[in-house]
Amino acid sequence: MIKSDRVTTTTCPYCGVGCTLQLHVKDDFIYKVTSPFDSPVNHGNLCVKGRFGYDFIYHPKRTTTPLVRRYLLEGRPKPVGREQVFAVSTQGKPIADSRISNDWDWVETDWDTALNVVTDNLVRIYQRDGSDAMAVYCCAKATNEDNYLLQKMYRALFRTNNVDHCTRLCHAGSVVALQQAVGSSAMSNTASQVVQNDVFIVTGSNTSENHPIIALQMKEAVQKYGAKMIVIDPRRIDLVDMAEMWLPLKPGTNVVVFSAMAHVIVKEDLVNHEFIANRTEGYNEFVESLEKFTPEYAEETSGVPAEDIRKAARMYAKAKNGAIYWGMGISQLSHGTASAMSLIHLAFITGHIGRDGTGLNPLRGQNNVQGASDMGAMPFHYPGYMRVDNPENRAKWEKAWNIEAGGLSLKLGLTTTEILSHAHEGGVRALYIMGENPMMSEPNLNDTRKHMLELEFLVAQDIFINESGSFADVFLPATPFAEKDGTFSNTDRRVQRVRAAHKPSGQARPDWQIICDLALRIESKLGVATSHWAYSNPEEILREMGSINSDYAGITYDRIDKVGLIYPVPSLDHPGTPTLFKESFPRGKGKFHTLDYVPVREQVDDEYPFILTTGRLLEHWHGGTMTRNSSLNEIYPEARVEIHPADAEIHGIRNGDPVKVQSRRGEVVLRATVTEKTTIGVVFIPWHFHEAAANLLTNDVLDPQAKIPEFKACAVQVFPARKKDLPNPEIELNRGRY
Amino acid sequence: MTETITLIIDGQEVTTEKGKTLLEAAREAGRDIPTICYHKATTSNAVCRLCVVEVEGQRVLQPACIVKAGAGMKVQTRSEKVVRARRTILEMLSSTMDLSDSAEIQTMMYDYGASSSRFPGAERRDAEVKDDNPMYVRDYSKCLLCWRCVQVCAEDAQYTFAINFEGRGYETQIATFFDKPIPETSCVMCGQCVAVCPTGALKPKREFLLEQGMSPNEISVMNTGRKQRKPR
Repeated sequence: MIKSDRVTTTTCPYCGVGCTLQLHVKDDFIYKVTSPFDSPVNHGNLCVKGRFGYDFIYHPKRTTTPLVRRYLLEGRPKPVGREQVFAVSTQGKPIADSRISNDWDWVETDWDTALNVVTDNLVRIYQRDGSDAMAVYCCAKATNEDNYLLQKMYRALFRTNNVDHCTRLCHAGSVVALQQAVGSSAMSNTASQVVQNDVFIVTGSNTSENHPIIALQMKEAVQKYGAKMIVIDPRRIDLVDMAEMWLPLKPGTNVVVFSAMAHVIVKEDLVNHEFIANRTEGYNEFVESLEKFTPEYAEETSGVPAEDIRKAARMYAKAKNGAIYWGMGISQLSHGTASAMSLIHLAFITGHIGRDGTGLNPLRGQNNVQGASDMGAMPFHYPGYMRVDNPENRAKWEKAWNIEAGGLSLKLGLTTTEILSHAHEGGVRALYIMGENPMMSEPNLNDTRKHMLELEFLVAQDIFINESGSFADVFLPATPFAEKDGTFSNTDRRVQRVRAAHKPSGQARPDWQIICDLALRIESKLGVATSHWAYSNPEEILREMGSINSDYAGITYDRIDKVGLIYPVPSLDHPGTPTLFKESFPRGKGKFHTLDYVPVREQVDDEYPFILTTGRLLEHWHGGTMTRNSSLNEIYPEARVEIHPADAEIHGIRNGDPVKVQSRRGEVVLRATVTEKTTIGVVFIPWHFHEAAANLLTNDVLDPQAKIPEFKACAVQVFPARKKDLPNPEIELNRGRY
Repeated sequence: MTETITLIIDGQEVTTEKGKTLLEAAREAGRDIPTICYHKATTSNAVCRLCVVEVEGQRVLQPACIVKAGAGMKVQTRSEKVVRARRTILEMLSSTMDLSDSAEIQTMMYDYGASSSRFPGAERRDAEVKDDNPMYVRDYSKCLLCWRCVQVCAEDAQYTFAINFEGRGYETQIATFFDKPIPETSCVMCGQCVAVCPTGALKPKREFLLEQGMSPNEISVMNTGRKQRKPR
C-alpha cells in the first residue's frame, strides 16, 4: 500500500463541470485521484479524464525548458519559405526540418534570454506598426488569474483589444444571443438543479461524453425523480436511451425546429401570459414572425415528424419546471446566434426561467471558459462584460491599471478567427498564444496554416509544443493545473480553487508568473509607468479584478476554500447566486427577436453528398494537447468517422474499413465506424486527432454577429481507401462500447 | 415537519427522524457500528452483515444499515452475541481473502480480537491480477463481494452496467459479461468502482505500478513508445 506524502484538493482541468479532485502525491508524482463524496458539483463521481487522464503532466514529450529559434539568438532574419510538417509535435523532441537551414532549430535557453527575446520583438513590432499589429489568444484552460493578467498586459501595454480565446469557437453564438435577449451570458441555473426539472430538453450536446457528470445527473433526474428528457440532436447519443423523445433533426435546422415548437405553443395557447406581459418585450412582432414556422414546414426542412414537434412542444410547455441544456450543436453554425435565440424564445413564452429547476443552460465546454470570458479575455469586453467602446468603462480600468486618461483603446478588437485571417503585412504581425491550439481548433486548417506562416512573430506559452507551437518563434514552458495555484469558474458560475500538488517540472513556471515577469520587461523597454505587476500570490490578482468586476467582488480564497461560490457575489457577505433572473433580467425585460431560417452555408450536392458534423469524445479533449499525450490515447488511439449502415452499404464500406473523407477544403483518411448512432446522410468525425484533423474539412464561414465558425455542418464525400493510406495503419481502436 | 421517533440504543434514549436506519440513528447518537459493504454513496444491501445489532424481540441479529429505526425499539450495538458474530465474519473473511490493503478491516480485526488462523483449512479465493487496461487493475483475491462496484456502475452513479456478479455460492465473483477484458465491454473507465472499493481489489494502475516497485519516471514512459528521459 502506498502512503501519500500529501493529498491536494483542486479542480479538474478538463470540462466545464468543475469536479473536485483530490490528488494523491508521492515523491512529487500523482499516483491516484479521488473525489470527496460530499463534493458540491460531482458528489464523488468523476469521468475517465478526471480520474485517470492527468498523466500528461509526466509525459516525456512535455517541454519544460524555454526554447528560442536559432535565428533569433544569432541575429539573423527569420527563415522564409520554411516547410513545417503539420504533425511536427508528434515526432517527440522538436525537430528541425532538414530541407531548411538550422536557423529554424529550437535552441534550449534560459528564462532571461527567452523573455528578453519576446520583449524585444513584441516592443519592436508594436513601436513600428502600432496596436493593431498586436494580438493575443488567452486560454480557457488557464486560471482566472492567468487570463486576467494576459488581457491586462495586451490592453494596458499594447493598447489593443485584439484579445480573444476559444470561447469564440464554442459558445460565441449562445453568448451573443443571451446578451441580446437577457443581458447576461452564462447558465441561468446550476447543473445540479436538473433533478428539479420535470421536463428538460437536451440539444446539440452529447452530454455523456462532453459533460459526463452532468449527464449522470440527467440520468438520475429521469430514473429517480421521474423527469422527462427530450433529446433533439442529429446523432443518437447515449442519452437517447433514457429519453422520452428523440427528435433527430438535420444538422443546422435548429431554428426551424425550435421556432415550430414555439409556433405550436402559441397556437395552442400554452404560453405563460403573465410572464410574457411582465418580463418580456417584442412578443407581438415575434408571434407574427412565427406564422411561417408550421410543424409541417419544419418537418420538410429538418426531417423531424411534425407530430413529434407538437408533442415535444406540449410536453415542455406544460411542464411545471422545464429547462433547456444545450451545447455546440446550437452555437457552432453560421447562424449560431439565431439558433440560440430560438431556444431563448421557448423559455420566454413558457416562463421556464428565473426559478429553481428551470432555465437556459448553455453547457460551457472548457474548465474555465466561463472564467476566461468573465476575465475579459474577449475583444469587445473588459472583465465583467464591460464594453470596451464605452468611455466610462474605460475610465474605470485606466484608473485600476494606472494609465493616463484616454489611454486605453475604444476600438473593438479582432476575434479569434479574425486575428489569424488578419495575419498579413499591415495587419496582425505578432501573436501570443497561451495554451490554445488554433492549428487544431480553427476551421479550414489548410487556410489557418497559411496565416500562421504569415505571422512575423509568434510566442507559444504551453506545456507541450503542440500543432500550433511548432510554428512559434519562442516557446515558454508553462505549468499544468497540478503545478499552479489560482481559480477556475465552472459552467454554472461556481468559482473554485486550483491548487498546486507539487513543484513545477523542470524550468516550467506558472503562467501568471511568466506574464508578470514579461510585462515588467516590456514596461521597462517601453519606458512607461507600471500598471502593477508585482503580485506575491494569485489571490492578489483576483482581488484586483474583483475590485472593478462586481460579480467577483465578494470572492476571496478564504471564502471559496471548501466549496467555491457561485457568482454574482457582489459583496464579502453575499452567499452567491445559484439561480439568475429571479426578479428581472440584467437588460430589464427579456427581448424577443424575429428570426428567419438561414440554411447551413454549404449544402450537399452530387459531388459532396454527405453532411459532416464534428464533435468530441469522452476520452479526448479538444486539440489533444493533454489527452493525446496521456494514457487516454491508449483507450482511444485513432480518429473514426461514423457513418450510417444504409450509407455504408451503398458505398461498400464495412465497419473498420479505411475511408477518405473529402470536402472542398481538404481531405483526411481514417477508419469508418458503421453505426446507427449517426443518421442517414450525416457523417461524424471527432476533431481531436491531428492525423485526421476534422478541421481540415470544416467550413470557415462565420456567424455575422458572434463570429463563430460553422463547425457543425459542411458537405463532404466519402470514398473507400486503402489501409496503407491510413496515417497509422497498425493502430486500431478496439473498444466494446464503440 | 418530519416525524420523529424515539428508541433505545445501548440503554440510551435516542430521538431520530422516522425513516432513518438503525445505523444512521446509532451514529447520530455517537455509537459506532462497524461497516464494510455500507457506503453512504451507494444503496445498502446488507451483504457483509458486519453491522448486525441485537434488537430485543427479534430472533436473529439485524443488519443496521438497512433496518429502519422503529419507535420503542431496544437495540444493543455491541452485545456479546453481536461481538461474536462480527468476530466470526472477520475471521471467515480473513481466512479466504487478502485483506492486506484494507487498513480499516485490519483495525476491526484487532478491535474484535479476530484471528486469521481460526479457519486454517479454508480455501483461499486466490485470483490472478487482471491488468487489461491502462487505467486500473482488478485483483479479485482481495474482493469480498461488497457489491459497491456493481452498484456505482449501475443505478447508484454511472448507469453503465459493465460489471455484475458471476457464478454461484463460493464461486461467486465480480466480472464483466463473459469475463471480457475491460476495454471490450461497455465500461467507460470512469473509475467510480475504484473509488468505492473498500479493500484495494480495484486500484488505479499507477498506484499499482508504484507498489510493484516501478519509479514515477518508469511509469511515465510506459506505453509512450519512447526512451526514458534523463532525470534533470
